Amino acid sequence: MSPEVKPDFLISPEGLRVDGRRVDEMRPIELKVGVLKQADGSASIRQGKTYIIAGVYGPRELHPRHLTLNDRAYLRVEYRMATFSVPDRKRPAPSRREKEISMVIANALKPALFLEEFPKAVVDVFIQVIQADGGTRCAAINAASLALADAGIPMRSLIPAVAVGKADGKLLVDLGDEEDKYGQGDVPMAIIPTTDEITLLQQDGSFTREELAEAMQMGINSCKYLHELQKEALRRAYVKKTPDNGDEDDEDDDFEDDMETDLGEAALMEDE
Amino acid sequence: MGDYSTETISHIDREFIADLLRKGERLDGRAFNEYRDIEIESNVVPAKAEGSALVRLGDTSVVAGVKVLVGEPYPDSPDEGVTMVTAEMSPIASPLFELGPPKADAIELARVVDRGVRESETVDVKKLCIKEGKKVYMVFADVYPMEYDGNLIDASSIAVNAALLTTKYPEMKWENDKVVATGEFLSLPINNVAVEHTVAKIDEHLIIDTVLKEEFVQDCRLTMAVDKEKNFTAMQKGGGSGPMSLELIDQAMEMALDVSEDIHKLINEAAKSIE
Repeated sequence: MSPEVKPDFLISPEGLRVDGRRVDEMRPIELKVGVLKQADGSASIRQGKTYIIAGVYGPRELHPRHLTLNDRAYLRVEYRMATFSVPDRKRPAPSRREKEISMVIANALKPALFLEEFPKAVVDVFIQVIQADGGTRCAAINAASLALADAGIPMRSLIPAVAVGKADGKLLVDLGDEEDKYGQGDVPMAIIPTTDEITLLQQDGSFTREELAEAMQMGINSCKYLHELQKEALRRAYVKKTPDNGDEDDEDDDFEDDMETDLGEAALMEDE
Repeated sequence: MGDYSTETISHIDREFIADLLRKGERLDGRAFNEYRDIEIESNVVPAKAEGSALVRLGDTSVVAGVKVLVGEPYPDSPDEGVTMVTAEMSPIASPLFELGPPKADAIELARVVDRGVRESETVDVKKLCIKEGKKVYMVFADVYPMEYDGNLIDASSIAVNAALLTTKYPEMKWENDKVVATGEFLSLPINNVAVEHTVAKIDEHLIIDTVLKEEFVQDCRLTMAVDKEKNFTAMQKGGGSGPMSLELIDQAMEMALDVSEDIHKLINEAAKSIE
């Protein structure tokens, strides 16, 4: 809806980004678990203006049958963008980009799942991007991993993901749309938070080795923060609140408050 | 939403629904001519779509988004813009929907909702002309079901209308043989609004706004688009091959006319809440 304009700079002289964030600051994030009644598990994520819904079906019978794996369940991920989620109308048919992203998301989630518990079955993860404003594959992983947990698929851990990038020579966490388009590079990554192992890593643009190492460390810090948000979202959906102490938490559904995001982030950074 | 006459459903369910209807009751306690709760949230894709709406009809929910692009007119209508509605039955919405290219039922959904918009001349396509024979606005309204518990057609129709009514797009003009933006934003030239109402026939009973279980056992359904002047602008019989008598069809039309005013009102309120 907003006409595309290239910003004059991505980092202001004061060191702030186009949307006023600091370099290590994430956009406001809102995670919700159990948003679709038909699906066995579901979750939605709003990360800045990015809005994604993930639905999980299964374990269930696999069609077509020739894809069957005899020793474990097949994890099928479909990442799709709505035609109206981007400035131009996206063509409705699945693009090569969507297919590739579906694959890397599946690879990012797989290490967390006990798929060998369900031989011959399929676990379907459907991801619908409603509004795309940068960082959709990472936001999709954050939501998909919650949807899998909501579906009761046995998991080692939730998988948080974030895109680190570079603009005007500075490393940035959680790229927005302009930073993604006009910046100098993009490193989407996902981790297993208990071991810091990386399950998704892509990169474009140009980085030095040192920059990449630093970028990945920033990514891990942000992922850990995201992991806390994920756990909190699950808790909100599942932990029954007792009338005496539960009231205050009720209002916490939306993370409109940037301060809250900042504090969590800052606290994590200090730990380093 | 398709023809589920081949779907396996227990005799108990089938009998139970039929028994209830004979007693004048429905599964969820609604009257035969009563819609589920309708919730319309406009402008849910504010940053990228020119217009959008999320509609919940009970446990059915759909998202519709509008994109307005500049393109070339069709050769047989050089001074008219284009409107198009598409819909996808994405597997996220139901365990019944499968991956893969759209099947007959998805194509029917899209075409029925499209006809509701096109035949009622909701958008004045003459006013979508930028330069005759060269450039016109093309209005795409795309529907994505998120949860399917029956009656996707009506939910989609409501969503598309709400999205069209709230659409704001950048104005273009023809200058020195090319299209340039004027910097102004326009609302779509809306002529008329027609909302679709779907009535299902089960045995000799007619019920509006079916839930999935009712859809499973319906003989057929009749979808009717009713505009503000209470004219019918589109109809479609589908969802099974059961025949319908003229009498029943007339009765179905009456049901549609009875509910349409309230739903028109809801859509207008949702559109106003944006302004």
